[in-house]
Amino acid sequence: MPFACIFVPNFSVEALLRAEPELRLLAMAVLEGKAPLQKVLAVNERARQAGIETGMAKLQVETCPEIALRACSLLQESAAHAALLDCAQSFSPRVEDAASDTLLLDLAGLEPLLGPVPKIAREIARSASDLGLESNVAVASNPDTALLAARGFSGITVIAEGKEAEQLGSLPVEVMSGNATAGENERDAAQILETLRRWGVRNLRALAALPEIALSERLGQTGVRLQQLARGTVSRNLVPVEPPLIFEEAVELEYPLVLLEPLAFLLGRLLEQLCDRLAARALATQELRLKLELENGYRRDDDDMPLAYEDPRPRTIIFQRTLRLPVPLLDSRTFLKLLQLDLKTHPPGAPIIKIHLAAEPVRPRAAQNGLFLPPSPQPEKLEITLAKIMGIVGEDKVGSLQLLDTHRPEGFCMQRFAPDKPFSPQRHPSATLRASSGTEKNHSHCSAQLSSMSRGEFNADPSADLVTALRIFRPPGRVSVTLRNGVPSFIDCAKHPAARGDVLWAAGPWRSSGDWWEKEGWARDEWDIAVQQNAAIAFYRLVRDLLSGRWFLEGEYD
Amino acid sequence: MSSLLVCASSPTEFPLAFSGKKDRGLLLERLSAMPKLAAVKPASRLEARPTPEMVTSGIRELDELSGGLPRGCLAQICGPASSGRTSILLAALATATQRQEVCALVDVSNALDPLSAAAAGVDFEKLLWVRCGMSTVPFDGLRSLRAGSGGTRNSSTSDYPAIPSLCENDSSAPSGLDHFPLATYGLRRGLHSLAATRLKSRRVSDCKGKFCGTNSLAPDKKKKCAEDRLQQALRVTDLLLHSGGFGLVAIDLGDIPFKEARRIPLTSWFRFQRAVEHTPTVLLVMTQEPLAQSCAALLLKLGASRKKLPAFSSQPSGALPSHAQLLERLHIEGELLRSRLQRKPAGSAKAVLSTKAIRIG
Repeated sequence: MPFACIFVPNFSVEALLRAEPELRLLAMAVLEGKAPLQKVLAVNERARQAGIETGMAKLQVETCPEIALRACSLLQESAAHAALLDCAQSFSPRVEDAASDTLLLDLAGLEPLLGPVPKIAREIARSASDLGLESNVAVASNPDTALLAARGFSGITVIAEGKEAEQLGSLPVEVMSGNATAGENERDAAQILETLRRWGVRNLRALAALPEIALSERLGQTGVRLQQLARGTVSRNLVPVEPPLIFEEAVELEYPLVLLEPLAFLLGRLLEQLCDRLAARALATQELRLKLELENGYRRDDDDMPLAYEDPRPRTIIFQRTLRLPVPLLDSRTFLKLLQLDLKTHPPGAPIIKIHLAAEPVRPRAAQNGLFLPPSPQPEKLEITLAKIMGIVGEDKVGSLQLLDTHRPEGFCMQRFAPDKPFSPQRHPSATLRASSGTEKNHSHCSAQLSSMSRGEFNADPSADLVTALRIFRPPGRVSVTLRNGVPSFIDCAKHPAARGDVLWAAGPWRSSGDWWEKEGWARDEWDIAVQQNAAIAFYRLVRDLLSGRWFLEGEYD
Repeated sequence: MSSLLVCASSPTEFPLAFSGKKDRGLLLERLSAMPKLAAVKPASRLEARPTPEMVTSGIRELDELSGGLPRGCLAQICGPASSGRTSILLAALATATQRQEVCALVDVSNALDPLSAAAAGVDFEKLLWVRCGMSTVPFDGLRSLRAGSGGTRNSSTSDYPAIPSLCENDSSAPSGLDHFPLATYGLRRGLHSLAATRLKSRRVSDCKGKFCGTNSLAPDKKKKCAEDRLQQALRVTDLLLHSGGFGLVAIDLGDIPFKEARRIPLTSWFRFQRAVEHTPTVLLVMTQEPLAQSCAALLLKLGASRKKLPAFSSQPSGALPSHAQLLERLHIEGELLRSRLQRKPAGSAKAVLSTKAIRIG
């Protein structure tokens, strides 16, 4: 039963390099502590070659030219650890979270699926590298041997069963320091390793060769266990973890961002990382949440502003935007474009010092286009197009219509346009809407008509008459009306100069009212009128608001 | 051939002079051997432009007159007010959406009546409605101050009673002043104007701030309403056409006076026509007068029918009460002015059709 171990050397450095991959070509040191007592916590290989070691003061390090100094970021370390877990989970469901930089995997049953063990190890290393983490991968017959090999050997190591002691022999005993798998008190293990050093035991081969009973007499069970580890004979069960499906990435900025372009650059990187993690779990997202921490942001003093709220910490404002998509997507470029367009429309208003991006995971869209179905816009393209159009005309002016179950004028609302819903025969137009032809209809019948229209059941009869459409004037124009025997005989609308003159023909009134039991009651009389307009005759709908007694020109029949 | 033919296969070579029939044949051989010219098709072998696929407009009379609406082409309907343009547009949209095609309506005047569209049979889930004009959300803070979501009215421009928000699920319209009863509309208008004044003054003060660059993260201080609705419509149409995948894209310029509409440059129409070419999209433009000129593959002019009696001819007598009469139908006449399917102008090809009025409520 093979086990694999993924170990990320210099984890704090790798976590920062994951956010800033361009620093891989430079010497880099990670600092911890508060100024001016900052010390080097970790360095990369180039910095080590330049003579920088852990524990050096910041002042000493700064003498080295062309070195990148970064503060230790727990936020990015946790994000890197989550990414590492995603990588491991994409290969095996049984993963043990040994440490923040170390994961153990059970590879049992993977060979028929993914190929021989060395190939699986290479795939694991490549997958971790794709997520921005350069790691060591070792495969052995037991987890502890794999862990020691991953910590001791760089790159990919495959230890055959029965050859554990031989291959681990060359490793120094220090690889067992801080070994969580030892299961013992770290202080005891450190003392024992110090004792071993004083005895002259430098590597695991020497430790494995010590007589077991004499070792037990001098170092107790901890010493015996360490010897078993060195021999590669410890066998134990994995303790699998079930990591929650949380996909979040964050970055703390050293300098506040003022422009959209560098912000888009960072957002693009975070989105790529998120998409890689989601892809590793075979998931997509339908909701992106962007949280920006602003520096000295101006306080929007409106209580109606849900976008920004005051953080308990002083002088910071949290700015949030949520991007909801009609279909699950997994394209970082699309997300970036949508976020860019959204931020252009809703700018945060202050310099940004911290970016936090989270994705809500959902199953990817399983769509199979039919051969005989008409083509429809690609969801990614459509979303970007809609976002651009919203930037031009406004958010509330783009979308699809939804009729409301009311007789109130303008009884509709706009909703998000999502044409990619699966086709269902029930939705296909089947009911026939009978038009009222002059005679009064009872209220219940009209209500049934309207509710059937609200449900999307429309006239599908090709031989049906063409419907006389009304063009609504928004907002309706105030009109002065001269009545003769209670019937409009002359109208004058300042807003629509064409609608001025004698009424050639008038029909009505069509009286309607509603919601009288509510605060927002309404009552109106509708008239259909014909007015001479140049050489032609135009038909209008004239409305009298019974509550205010005013006349309005509501629309034009066309 | 009196003139001397000169040919050079490459600029470095000396030109070769040919004369006579033999040399001419040699020249043609040399020309045909040139790789750049080998792919050139002789004019005699050029085929005629392929006939566009026609789809039904949803109106039998118009289909008989024009053959339907051409895919990958620009079709134009023009006519004065009350000439049936919108009825035909809605019928085309209804037919396209019932074919499960995704359609878009660029409503320049924000004039679409949802009830008329529903009665015509438009499937709203397949129709993208873009309402041009001044945005009701020029600044984020105004979002919660607007009245209603469906009937968005600018209360400062009309005395018409603002319709309160009817959609409970509309997350983009948080309740602010919308819960005021009908009797307090005046107060509401006052609060709106007060809020607008506050926002305006804040914008001015914000401009004095630090971040005012075009690429900055500060709020845009420019007036959003500066852009003309016609410009908006052209930009939106361009985006929609280049997005692709739409079965029908309709531009409603019916309320735009010809004086304004003719300012649309011809290059815009050419651009639209090129964008839909070789795609299954029908671009339908509705105007008062012909605009797209030769870009339009189909041009249909509508007007009130003179052969059939219009609805208003049944003038009620003095004894008959006016409420006994209702607008029943409009009789309209369509004339085909241009069709790419026909070599010659259609001339006097006409069709008469009628529309049926609906009334609900």
